[in-house]
Amino acid sequence: MIRLESVSKLYRTERVETTALDNINLEIAQGELVAVMGPSGCGKSTLLNLMGLLDEPSRGSVSIDGKTIDHYGDRELARLRNQRVGFIFQQFHLVSDLSVADNVEIPLLYRKMSNRERRIAALTALDRVGLSSRTRHFPTQLSGGQQQRVAIARAIVGQPSIVLADEPTGNLDSAMGDEIMAILEELNREDGTTLVMVTHDPRMAAKTHRTIRLFDGRQVQ
Amino acid sequence: MLRNYLKVAVKVLLRRKFFTFISLVGISLTLLVLLVATALLDQIFAVKAPEVLGWRTLGIYQMALRGPEMNYQAAAGYRFVERFLRPMAELPAVEAVSAFTTPETAVSYLGGKKIESELKRTDGEYWRVLRFDFLEGGPFSAADDDSGRRVAVISASTREKFFGGETALGKGIDLDGRRFEVTGVVADVPYLRLASYADVWVPISTAKSNAYENELIGNFRVLIVARGRADFPQIKAEVQSRLREAKALIDDPQYDRLTGGADTPFEAAVRILPLGAEARRTGRLLWVAFLGLAAFLLLPTVNLVNINLSRILDRSSEIGVRRAFGASSAQLIGQFLVENLVLTLAGGAIGLLLGALALLAINSSEIIPHAQLAINYRVFLAALATALFFGLLSGVYPAYRMSKLHPALALQGKAS
Repeated sequence: MIRLESVSKLYRTERVETTALDNINLEIAQGELVAVMGPSGCGKSTLLNLMGLLDEPSRGSVSIDGKTIDHYGDRELARLRNQRVGFIFQQFHLVSDLSVADNVEIPLLYRKMSNRERRIAALTALDRVGLSSRTRHFPTQLSGGQQQRVAIARAIVGQPSIVLADEPTGNLDSAMGDEIMAILEELNREDGTTLVMVTHDPRMAAKTHRTIRLFDGRQVQ
Repeated sequence: MLRNYLKVAVKVLLRRKFFTFISLVGISLTLLVLLVATALLDQIFAVKAPEVLGWRTLGIYQMALRGPEMNYQAAAGYRFVERFLRPMAELPAVEAVSAFTTPETAVSYLGGKKIESELKRTDGEYWRVLRFDFLEGGPFSAADDDSGRRVAVISASTREKFFGGETALGKGIDLDGRRFEVTGVVADVPYLRLASYADVWVPISTAKSNAYENELIGNFRVLIVARGRADFPQIKAEVQSRLREAKALIDDPQYDRLTGGADTPFEAAVRILPLGAEARRTGRLLWVAFLGLAAFLLLPTVNLVNINLSRILDRSSEIGVRRAFGASSAQLIGQFLVENLVLTLAGGAIGLLLGALALLAINSSEIIPHAQLAINYRVFLAALATALFFGLLSGVYPAYRMSKLHPALALQGKAS
């Protein structure tokens, strides 16, 4: 499903060259629930960005469903992200100007759908994360756990085959974290959604099928 | 998609009240100034009644006697008009020639009250060249002028002053101590209409003294109606030729030539500005006007560009999210441009409203006598085009910058 071959990512400034990822080779199969762990600055988020087509490798190649995306342009990458990938962020990244339902609709804006179809899909996704009573609220009117549930609804509303979650429970207390993790597990179990999750929390990692460990940009396990 | 862009645009603008306020003030005040300026220019230069033949009319508004050390600048003298310009009516390219004086103040006393009127002396052709809207009666004729008959056409507001709105036909008014019989009443003409504005029109020959008859330079303006605009160059050349011919009549040794020219109203306005060689004046003024306007429009535009660029930092998370969930660069540019267009059109609407109120205030204040400034379709279209110009210009560059943000960096709040 997702394949990284000899992938390296370098960040260059005028004086310094930093290696964020060094020669990563990995493959994530359809329906897997995978944790990515490692100390801060080891390249976890960079890895997730590369898998989510938000960034390009300096060397090596990234393939989705057997297709290498090296030469994809802006529009093709945008379409692929829209159709195949959903994101969940530690900081939630909800748009404060928009209501909960409007936030969830964002991925569908870039698809050919009627407003009514969009709204129905958004309400269904919100119902699934237990927030159907908060559709008209704004993000700032919700608790952290509720905001992350809105973010999950936004990630799954377009029924992507891959969901990438960057420390989805990192900003939540353990009870809320467990709730969020339960929703993610259910998604993986019931829909067969491939889920790659960056986490610092061994308890959360223990609930996944396998763990990829990084250290100083290298894959150590 | 567009509906959603509009929805987001309205929400963003309502939520970011300070930004919206500053932007709207900038746009609407700029438009207000432009609207008033264009309405004034429209009033001066546009072809409107009574100057319905203005599009094919040339005017001789200014002339000068020039010598090595002396210059005497004024309008045309009656002698020059009658001997050199009036006969141009015989040319195939010319339909009519009319002369009239620059307005002078005529004083009347009515029941112990002093009334001042702007008075113009005209020939009979004047009423054929300029198509006034007669509320009652009609114009005086060339024969009236030839015979020195004391007749007058007055404006509606003059009738109101003298006769309290009752009919004025056949009644007499005293102007500078002499009595004139009213033959017609016309609708008020705005002060800014150079050729047609006055309160009272009387025949040229009713002047108290006939000294004007010998002047080469004096206080007469002349309108030459061509058959079509294509005849303008020929008429202009003919006027120049006659100016050279008239040189022989200069009897003051201080002067050796007579200058002037047949101009459109715009060229006449240019002629009085110190812009250099005559042949280049019109083109240069257009450039000066264009550059001035561009600089004027650029100020609020640069302001908006700056505000918009700083908003990118503010909204980098949203941009990152939209990029992550499938927005292409083009779609982000579209969204941002729609936001800017909504903002500028709202500013445009407020500017139009303020402009309408300002013009109403100018019209009713009588700062400009009988001003009829209005937002007509020309001014409205200019305002609309300006608003769209603002919207696009102030939005394109920030939108481009926004669309080029790296999604991963944008999500981290790094907007550069």
